[in-house]
Amino acid sequence: MTNAISVSGLVKTFGSVRALDGLDLNVAEGEVHGFLGPNGAGKSTTIRVLLGLLRADSGRARLLGGDPWTDAVALHRRVAYVPGDVSLWPNLTGGEAIDLLGRLRGGLDTDRRAELLERFDLDPTKKSRTYSKGNRQKVALIAGLAADVELLLLDEPTSGLDPLMEELFREYIAEDRRAGRTVLLSSHILAEVEALCDRVTIIRAGRTVETGSLAELRHLTRTSIHVETIEPADDLATLEGIHGLQVTDRRASFDVDTTHLDEAVRRLSRFGIRSLTSQPPTLEELFLRHYGDLIEQEEAA
Amino acid sequence: MNTLAGTGTMIRFVARRERVRVPVYLLVLVGLIASTAAQSEELYSTQAERDEYAATVAGNPGLIAMVGPAYRVTTVGGDTAWQWGAFGAVTAALMSMFIVGRHTRAEEQSGRSELVRASVLGRFAPTAATMIVLVAVNVLVAATVALAMIGLDQPAAGSIALGASLGGAGLLFAAVAVLAMQVNQSTGGAYGLVGAVLGASYMLRAAGDVGDGTLSWLSPIGWVQSMRPFADERWWPLVLLLAVAVVLVAAAFALLSRRDDGAGLVASRPGRAKASGVLAHPLGLALRLSRGALIGWAIGLFLGGVSIGLTGQDVESILGDSDEVDELFARAGGSLVDNYLAVSLSSMALIGTGFAIQAVLRMRSEETSGRLEPLLAAALARPRWAAGHLAMAAGGTVLILAASGFGAGIADAISSDDAGRLPLLLGSSVALAPAVWVLIGIAIALFGLVPRAASASWGFLAACFLLLYLGPLLSLPDWVMNLSPYTHVPLLPAADLTIAPLIVLTAIAAALTAAGVLGLRRRDIAST
Repeated sequence: MTNAISVSGLVKTFGSVRALDGLDLNVAEGEVHGFLGPNGAGKSTTIRVLLGLLRADSGRARLLGGDPWTDAVALHRRVAYVPGDVSLWPNLTGGEAIDLLGRLRGGLDTDRRAELLERFDLDPTKKSRTYSKGNRQKVALIAGLAADVELLLLDEPTSGLDPLMEELFREYIAEDRRAGRTVLLSSHILAEVEALCDRVTIIRAGRTVETGSLAELRHLTRTSIHVETIEPADDLATLEGIHGLQVTDRRASFDVDTTHLDEAVRRLSRFGIRSLTSQPPTLEELFLRHYGDLIEQEEAA
Repeated sequence: MNTLAGTGTMIRFVARRERVRVPVYLLVLVGLIASTAAQSEELYSTQAERDEYAATVAGNPGLIAMVGPAYRVTTVGGDTAWQWGAFGAVTAALMSMFIVGRHTRAEEQSGRSELVRASVLGRFAPTAATMIVLVAVNVLVAATVALAMIGLDQPAAGSIALGASLGGAGLLFAAVAVLAMQVNQSTGGAYGLVGAVLGASYMLRAAGDVGDGTLSWLSPIGWVQSMRPFADERWWPLVLLLAVAVVLVAAAFALLSRRDDGAGLVASRPGRAKASGVLAHPLGLALRLSRGALIGWAIGLFLGGVSIGLTGQDVESILGDSDEVDELFARAGGSLVDNYLAVSLSSMALIGTGFAIQAVLRMRSEETSGRLEPLLAAALARPRWAAGHLAMAAGGTVLILAASGFGAGIADAISSDDAGRLPLLLGSSVALAPAVWVLIGIAIALFGLVPRAASASWGFLAACFLLLYLGPLLSLPDWVMNLSPYTHVPLLPAADLTIAPLIVLTAIAAALTAAGVLGLRRRDIAST
């Protein structure tokens, strides 16, 4: 499988600030890839390097097989970009801004443009200065989605959109995936990432801390177990990978590292299971745990 | 709810945000007025020369239309008041308008007022605070102008009247502006409204001053001038100015109490749903973004040119034949009239350079506002994007220089009854373009190589100004004078046309531009 985006050991400094510190990111062709990380982790910086707006200090970055810095213009005909904080020309209408961006890329599909305007419910005759945050976002989104490209770089594309529009955005991304387009989606809306993405990369402080499919990532985290046993389960604490154990008489609840789940269930069966509920980790938990742990580790160090 | 809650805090806030701009403005205005007075003192050594000058002025309707009625030009004070009555009023009006806009509508438009007004702050507080600061600023204008004139040994009553008339004009147009800010949703649109009122006031008084004076009474600038500083001052027009200002401010607050935050009386009109063909390339975008500025500058320079042309043929009797005058124009051959026209046209070119630098620096504001990012992300190469803005700046320069030369040419052709003067002055003005292009080159080089310092381009323009005006007076050495590109353009129509300096200047401009574009290609694009 070829990679639409492959980045390794990317470093970018701004003065004394190391915004990217050896970042790795691989996005396979045709996949929707989630790009997660707390504010200031370097998501936007990475995307701006991929767009050739910033020049990396070191490391390797390839976009659709080309060099994002030297081949910027040629690559951009095959790439659409939606920023999360859209700034428009106050005296141009939304329709004019969409056309301008489309034409610079080499023309846009007018039918698709009309369809997107209607479905996203945007009035293209209004001057950009009168648009709300959400409507400015729609302008960028429509300009991006109307482009016939291979790769979409989306940097928090739904910020400021209402839930209906967010749903609509998901439909379009799902459609793009079916059409074989590659999408890099940076987002804080984890439900969105969970619904859309095949694989995710989590970064922190300019470094990749985790990458893989959601299933793989879940494997790295904990499952919470609530159990009622026939005999009191008294020696659970000796098990490896058990966290937050609470035992009251014949009821126990705890989190277990997913790698130790099997062991834990075997041990529980010895006490006779009357009822058992297990919850797989949500992406939120995964995300929080990951950063929570890292922050704790750093504080300890 | 107390609609004025928090006004005190807002006054300090507004004052703090204006703490540099207002003093600079005051210094420049007072400095210009004082230097006019000092020059008037120096230029005419005898009362006979002064009387001759006054008679010429009084007999030139073009000058009266441009500047105003000449009440007692035979005195230094009267001459200064004549030269600065209308221009000073316009300057004070514009400064007041920009302060009002910055702290009222612009805050609403950017959404910042929402944040401020969500705290414990009365609905009227931001506007009230702005107006209170403006009263203070215009009182300062009045006081500093009066003190400067008194310091130059002019009669106290006239000095105070001149100061008060300018301060009064500032306050009146602050009132017009605050009303316009309620009416229009966009700051720029409101500025346009105030500009229209200001322009109409200026034209009305021009027509009135040339005629029997009735029309001047319809114009606030006419009221300002009717205070007649240094010519048996009249004080009641000041009361009229202030009374009208109070009424306008009251009307503005009445509108303010009824309207929503961010709304205006005039809703924004819908525009095109689809972009026209012009917007398909970077030049079209640059043109669209700088269109308003270009038209404004062209009109301004045209009017400036007309005023130069109107005075041209009379310059001998206005300035007299003193040594100082010879010294002022000692740099080129030709007649005094042509020397005057040449120097004036290059002053207009210096002023017009403001447009050129503004047009280049728009690239920086496009970059820092985040609007450049989606363009570059959409298959637009950086040099092509820059070329659009540069073509706009360089071509626009030629256009506004042509406007200035055309204005001067028409006026001079009419007053000299020689149609050949029109193409001559038009060409003379356009020939100044390479000097302006060098400044464009400096601005783009800064933008490409040291983007954070791009606004230092204004410093280069200011330095050229100082060299042009102070250089001859301070007898600066040649090598210092030679640093300014404006020293090198032939002073047409007084001097002969020499092509070599124009080619060299153009080449320097091209080299600077190339350096800037190369720098732009290599550097990071600033993030928002």
